[in-house]
Amino acid sequence: MKATVLVRPKQGILDPQGQAVESSLRQLGFSVDGTRIGRVVDLEVEAADVATAREQVEQMCEQLLANPLMESYEIELAEPPA
Amino acid sequence: MTSPQPRVGVLRFPGACDDRDALWALAAFDAEAVFVWHTEKELPDLDAVVLPGGFSYGDYLRCGAIARFAPAMEAVVEFANGGGLVLGICNGFQILCEAGLLPGVLRRNESLAFVCRDVPLVVERTDTPFTARCEEGQTLTIPVKHGEGNWYVDDDGYNELEAQRQVVLRYEEPVNGSRNDVAGVVNEQGNVMGLMPHPEHAVDPLLGSADGALILSSLVDSARARFLTTV
Repeated sequence: MKATVLVRPKQGILDPQGQAVESSLRQLGFSVDGTRIGRVVDLEVEAADVATAREQVEQMCEQLLANPLMESYEIELAEPPA
Repeated sequence: MTSPQPRVGVLRFPGACDDRDALWALAAFDAEAVFVWHTEKELPDLDAVVLPGGFSYGDYLRCGAIARFAPAMEAVVEFANGGGLVLGICNGFQILCEAGLLPGVLRRNESLAFVCRDVPLVVERTDTPFTARCEEGQTLTIPVKHGEGNWYVDDDGYNELEAQRQVVLRYEEPVNGSRNDVAGVVNEQGNVMGLMPHPEHAVDPLLGSADGALILSSLVDSARARFLTTV
């Protein structure tokens, strides 16, 4: 089953990378605000059903893919066509 | 040799770069310093462990995030939980935070720039195994060289840390955006310390400062004291 994990800097956590990119975007003439930079992890997980897959990916996030002190995560699961 | 030599292990991860400096400095302060390869499942008989600086496993994902799962790190966690002395320098500090042995996390420097220079540090505590040779309030000059030294915990975490006096070293001036200019912390029990500055690069006046010697020789003293009580 294909899973996509979106990892983002938590709200209120300084994101200097996002700030730097935002200032570059402004130099290009774009009017932007609130630029934040995260990470996308695509993976395939072997699981019998969506609930088990979600549970496994959640554990991956808690243990490795995100650091809960400064990052939040979202999981998207693409159910295979029946 | 007049005093017994404690044995201090220096962990070697692929991508470490300060392992030899750490080994050399520890040996200079009369420790028997030995390398421990990252795949070792058990530590040899050690009186202390040093996690050196560098870019373990390329610092992929987040700095220290992969190294934390090295077989040798599992052994270090066990060693630390049993009261063993562990010092993490730079990448070693990042690994200890990721492993949950120290509070907080090291983020990208606020400036986004790699910072590489001598910095003044204030010693806030001398009753730790890593700072016993320092004086309270003393200013040490020790170099930093990192892109991700911007230490962070949330408000509750920080207040708890202050209440337990876990901040050991503080930058005298802002260096990387680190919360309250924290440069080095200990765990609650006081047997695990992490710091971003590199004491192993400041052990001889020829290097511009010998202040790092105070930290490493404090560690060797403490390791020796433990070694003597177990003989």
